[in-house]
Amino acid sequence: MDRLTQRLATLGEHNDKALVTFVTAGDPDLGTTEAVIHLLADAGADIIELGVPFSDPMADGPTIQLSSERALAAGTTLEGILATVTKVRTSQDIPIILMGYLNPIHAYGYERFCRDAAQAGVDGVLLVDMPPEESGEFLRHAAPSGLNVIFLLTPTSDKSRIATVDKLGRGFVYYVTVTGVTGMRQQTSATLATELAKVRKKIRLPVMAGFGISTPEQAAQVAAMADGIVVGSAIVKLFEQHSGAKLKSELRRLVGELKKAISPGPA
Amino acid sequence: MKLPDKYGHFGAFGGRYVPETLMPALLELEKAYEHYRHDKEFKEEFQYYLRQYVGRPNPLYYAEKLTRKLGGAKIYLKREDLNHTGAHKVNNTIGQGLLAKRMGKKRVIAETGAGQHGVATATIAALFGMECEVFMGEEDTRRQALNVFRMRLLGATVTPVTAGTATLKDAMNEAMRNWVTTIADTFYVIGTVAGPHPYPQMVRDFQSVIGLEVKKQHQKIEGRLPDYLVACVGGGSNAMGLFHPFLKNHKVKMVGVEAAGFGIESGKHAASLSAGSPGILHGNKTYLLQDGHGQITPAHSISAGLDYPGVGPEHSWLKETLRAEYVSITDDEALEGFNVLTREEGIMPALESSHAIAHVLKLAPTLSKDKSIVVCLSGRGDKDIHTVADAMGVKF
Repeated sequence: MDRLTQRLATLGEHNDKALVTFVTAGDPDLGTTEAVIHLLADAGADIIELGVPFSDPMADGPTIQLSSERALAAGTTLEGILATVTKVRTSQDIPIILMGYLNPIHAYGYERFCRDAAQAGVDGVLLVDMPPEESGEFLRHAAPSGLNVIFLLTPTSDKSRIATVDKLGRGFVYYVTVTGVTGMRQQTSATLATELAKVRKKIRLPVMAGFGISTPEQAAQVAAMADGIVVGSAIVKLFEQHSGAKLKSELRRLVGELKKAISPGPA
Repeated sequence: MKLPDKYGHFGAFGGRYVPETLMPALLELEKAYEHYRHDKEFKEEFQYYLRQYVGRPNPLYYAEKLTRKLGGAKIYLKREDLNHTGAHKVNNTIGQGLLAKRMGKKRVIAETGAGQHGVATATIAALFGMECEVFMGEEDTRRQALNVFRMRLLGATVTPVTAGTATLKDAMNEAMRNWVTTIADTFYVIGTVAGPHPYPQMVRDFQSVIGLEVKKQHQKIEGRLPDYLVACVGGGSNAMGLFHPFLKNHKVKMVGVEAAGFGIESGKHAASLSAGSPGILHGNKTYLLQDGHGQITPAHSISAGLDYPGVGPEHSWLKETLRAEYVSITDDEALEGFNVLTREEGIMPALESSHAIAHVLKLAPTLSKDKSIVVCLSGRGDKDIHTVADAMGVKF
């Protein structure tokens, strides 16, 4: 069993929820990313999502847009990100997923990417602008590499789309809780519980809910409806506000609070 | 073979590379468009507005004086500049506006570079009584301040986009982001033959009125089809509209003219087909300007309407299959084209169209007098007077 599937299975056995934390690789530089992966794992994250920065992130709100710009300005490339994962892997077994847009992967070459990513110790990949309809070519290259290809579902996905993702997806399904772009929001949708229940009934894989979750309260609320939660912008925002030791202590605090909020047992 | 296929692919190009949130909306749009494009009433209403509101058919004008000066092939101008709002863009916004109305959408959004598509969208929003928001790179709102004011006069909200390079590509990102958020009541009016399926097909079909008219008009004047079709290509909607009805007429040569900016070798240009490589942006696979890492690189052209780092996927297909030829024209050559047409014919072309004219200045003298070239005069030049004055060093 691969690292990602194993980790999710273990969490499921303990009736525990997964905390997936997103950071943009290379923001502000890859050295920081390397240290932050260890720190997040240590602070309570169960899965790391590393954003591969792209010049035109059309599904992202301002926080992740700016983060991508900082990472690109620092000269971040896919080669560099894979080298960072390779280094991290010598002493770290937290599942790592790459999330991003298709063009940088296309430019790298699908076959070469799948081989190199798996070799570096990447466990899965989520490509925001690759819906199931356009995934055929990439999936052909991903299959032999063992990479889990993760798909998105949203409140607008109908029955047949849910069935397709159930068939093609590996690892987990990322459920986008809002009809919108990434970013922090005050409130979670009133119909979320019903929607998630519907999706979880039809999907074999664990379902992680994300987009707009920023506080421990929201985390607890959404985690109760899913197998885990993804927190992105709230974490990435800290990279905008802090650096050095302060960034690290703030990350440790937020991730600790989030994990505590979604953990079972007496609080 | 009829293209695109049912997934919106033109060979290896096109498709629907969008976030899941948009997929259902695109499928809904595709279904609606498939239905209405065969609907008699819809087609009649589209024709009615083209005739009575846009002023079609516009003339295929024989530029006799320019032809004599160049001493070669006969030059015909397809006068899209005479349309209401001054460019070919309105053909498409009328079509999409009528579709939005039938789909029960109360709000339209659009991206714009030069502002022509924004104005054309704001115009039909006023006409059909819909709310309208136009996204425009902040850089472009400064370059095209007059068009921003025009859109506001028409009742549209113009939202400057500061992200990325603050130009057309970023305006398109922002329009997509807005659409993701407002999908239930909003129709996204894309202005060119790019974006996710069914846009490249739909915009092409609405713009095909250009080529269909040319076919008839040229037949009537010359008793045959033209030898060459020439049009400028940014996203490529006026070129696609002119070319498409002639795709099967293999003797008709088609030339798309991209913007070479300061010259291809300078790296500051907008020639995706001539100097780019295939990739994925804005929902489709097509030729793009990008670096070796798949990051999109900024385009440059004196003409804001050509200042885009991608191109419609069907053009990528026509290039690969060699059905069309793509060349490029620098800023300086385009200005020369602008000046020559203005002086010889008393017609001021848009800087976009000036690229096509500039290529004709090179092409016509190499052809014999019994040949004919049809060039799409996609828009009028009034909007560009300030840019032309700047380039000539004239201050007001």
